Amino acid sequence: MIQIDQLSKKYKGADFYAVKDLSLIVHEKEIFGLLGPNGAGKTTLISMLSSLLKPTSGSFSINGLDFQESKNELKQHIGIVPQDYALYPSLTAFENLHYFGSMYGLKGDSLQEDIVSNLKTLGLYDFAHKRIRTFSGGMKRRINLIASILHEPKVLFLDEPTVGVDVQSKSVILEHLKNLNSKGTTIIYTSHHLNEAEHFCTRVAIIDHGKIVCKGIPQDLVVEQKGANNLEEVFLARTGKALRDYA
Amino acid sequence: MHKLWASTYKEFLLLTRDLGGLAILFLMPLVLLVVITLVQDSTFKTIKEVKIPILLVDQDNGTVSKNIGESLSESNSLEVIKKSSETEALKLVQKGDYQLAIIIPKDLSKDLGSKVTTNVDGILARFGLEEEDSVSTTTKIKPKEIRLYFDPATQQSFKSSIKNGIDKMISKIETKTIYKAFQEQLTEDASEIIFDTESFIIFTEIVPGGDKNPIPNSTQHNVPAWTLFAIFFIILPLSINMVKEKNQGTFIRLRTQPVSYATVLGGKTLVFLLVCLIQFSLMLLIGIYLFPLLGLPRLDVSGKLPLLYVTAFFAGLAAIGLGLLVGTVAKSQEQSAPFGATLVVILAALGGVWVPVFVMPPTMQLLSNISPMNWGLNAFYDVFLRNVGVSEIIPEISLLLGFFILSTLIAIIYYEQKNAV
Repeated sequence: MIQIDQLSKKYKGADFYAVKDLSLIVHEKEIFGLLGPNGAGKTTLISMLSSLLKPTSGSFSINGLDFQESKNELKQHIGIVPQDYALYPSLTAFENLHYFGSMYGLKGDSLQEDIVSNLKTLGLYDFAHKRIRTFSGGMKRRINLIASILHEPKVLFLDEPTVGVDVQSKSVILEHLKNLNSKGTTIIYTSHHLNEAEHFCTRVAIIDHGKIVCKGIPQDLVVEQKGANNLEEVFLARTGKALRDYA
Repeated sequence: MHKLWASTYKEFLLLTRDLGGLAILFLMPLVLLVVITLVQDSTFKTIKEVKIPILLVDQDNGTVSKNIGESLSESNSLEVIKKSSETEALKLVQKGDYQLAIIIPKDLSKDLGSKVTTNVDGILARFGLEEEDSVSTTTKIKPKEIRLYFDPATQQSFKSSIKNGIDKMISKIETKTIYKAFQEQLTEDASEIIFDTESFIIFTEIVPGGDKNPIPNSTQHNVPAWTLFAIFFIILPLSINMVKEKNQGTFIRLRTQPVSYATVLGGKTLVFLLVCLIQFSLMLLIGIYLFPLLGLPRLDVSGKLPLLYVTAFFAGLAAIGLGLLVGTVAKSQEQSAPFGATLVVILAALGGVWVPVFVMPPTMQLLSNISPMNWGLNAFYDVFLRNVGVSEIIPEISLLLGFFILSTLIAIIYYEQKNAV
């Protein structure tokens, strides 16, 4: 379970909070979607939960581990799929995965078997020994995912994992994530693809200006929002149609 | 330990995958070493072997000008070309064809002789050895001016050495003339030698250590300095490697993993240290085998290899420590590359790679003590030129090790502070 309590983040020199007094509980084995317009605070929230950013105030714990007291132990329990491909372009898929797996303390035959198994599942086994720089966007996204799940994390954070990929890659990625979830991994996921989120997530929260404006089961939110036929209409009704450009 | 090994292996793969970068990493320092040593060696030969042509205009046509001309011609470093006209000589120097024209004024020998005779007669008269009426009337002889026309591009050190050389020649001639005047006054027999006019003081160049320490040649002076310079250039590829990782996002992934920054830096240290040592070995090989083929003196490493590698190891560590710090602090390649390159040049200048520390102003001499290149250079000179043992280089290698530890610690603390959660 992830318990977030009054979490806030204000960037140095910024006039407003990116995340403001946000409290949330995500239950075990949930697929939780964090939705919101650009600059709403989704990536900031995920960055804080994955120990990349220091909160200005507030606290959180993951599976009972406090973010400050059990920093290293907590890192062993979580996996992060960043928005950008965090891979070495000049190394092969296998070398990248072997290295990032080793950083979780994995080694030997079991690491090799895990890499091979994941590569097979995500349709990349034939490209194991090709360099990442030769991969398409969809292939890089899949390797990016495998690099974050080799250690079988209890909680997996995904920051727009399907952005810029074709339908086939997206389908394989989401299928694999559902499979992981069925084995017990809690998934926290951000996306601008509301249709995808509506069908993929067990629960979502719409965030705007660093605060949760509504949360619940996607279908319930659609029902609750007058005149809405889908999650996108709920989203627009809750966050407005004004452009969100920040610099 | 497993994570350190994995980090090291990853760094090794990253380095070997960039063959162009690897070639530049190894080749450029070698090219630098060869070019610098060739240039320095030619400068060395300019002093020792190559003759600089100079012009001599002899308006005196006497013994003094003849002596000056002969002394200059006997010099190993000058080739004397005689000209009859001062105007012509001046024009040639102005055009830059010659660095120097020496104009010996009219009646220099005659007036010098008169001055000496007058002085000697005066001295002897005071001792009562000369009859009053034989003392020539004291007439004021105007000082003579030897004009030296220098090309404006001529270095001050050359000017000074020429002026001192001519002054020394004149003094020698003057002394001989004085002795000759006394001789003429004191004896009628021209063959009788009253004064020994040979130089009383002679100079012998001795290098401490007897046969063990031969006089160092240009290679032995240049290889340590420029090898060290090249070792410190590792700062550039290392810091760029780190900035690249930040830009690729791989550093962000590492920050979310249960691995310490020290382990990440440890992998980089081991691989780049290996690069330093390979680079050093190549430089030694160049000095030993290629230099003789280029007409340069051969690098003598006999009996010195273990200590040379010890010094290179610690110098490499110091350079890597600095590279890790620059790479940690820099946010972009635009920051790390120019800063790293300029820093190496500054440290080299401070460390005495270009200009020996002893000729620097006092403040700079003091500052040179903070340059790790200065410590490394002293250790290399100790091993290469002074043939010392390990105990003598312990202070320098301790400083280099301390510098590595300090700069790496600062990098780790900076990283932890910056990314504290």
